[in-house]
Amino acid sequence: MATEEEIAVKEPLDLIRLSLDERIYVKLRSDRELRGKLHAYDQHLNMILGDVEEVVTSVEIDDETYEEIVRTTRRTIPFLFVRGDGVILVSPPLRTV
Amino acid sequence: MLFFSYFKELVGKEVTVELKNDLAIRGTLLSVDQYLNIKLENTRVVDQDKYPHMLSVRNCFIRGSVVRYVLLPPDGVDIDILHDATRREARGN
Repeated sequence: MATEEEIAVKEPLDLIRLSLDERIYVKLRSDRELRGKLHAYDQHLNMILGDVEEVVTSVEIDDETYEEIVRTTRRTIPFLFVRGDGVILVSPPLRTV
Repeated sequence: MLFFSYFKELVGKEVTVELKNDLAIRGTLLSVDQYLNIKLENTRVVDQDKYPHMLSVRNCFIRGSVVRYVLLPPDGVDIDILHDATRREARGN
């Protein structure tokens, strides 16, 4: 039987609770992003994600032309614990296609 | 306490700990504490050519605050148990 406490969305962490078992987008420090299924989280924003894709973005500067080359490195991880102190934001996945 | 309990369930399993300095260490989880400090045994550095610092190290203590990720075994723990525990933890705060 669902109680009022289970449904009420009072604070930002409650918004994350709505995304449990859903795919989310996480922006981390060091220009990293994760997309995966949220399995667990706590008040520190420690998280466990499943079927994760990590994207690391780096900017190189060409020695001659001085143009900025943006590179992304991707990898997939089946089951991942993320420490909360690296998390910047959590969101439903953004449409990139 | 949620993740503390979760990691206690994983003791004895093989995990890979990726640190904030990009070092990745694979080993068997020996113990964990409330700060999520981690003790690993039978450790190997993942990219040994790039990080030769710990070639002979087989046991280590890792301060929880330097961890970025822990790569977990896919058959770690029942996902439904995680979901229920998270809902309970979220409601309690």
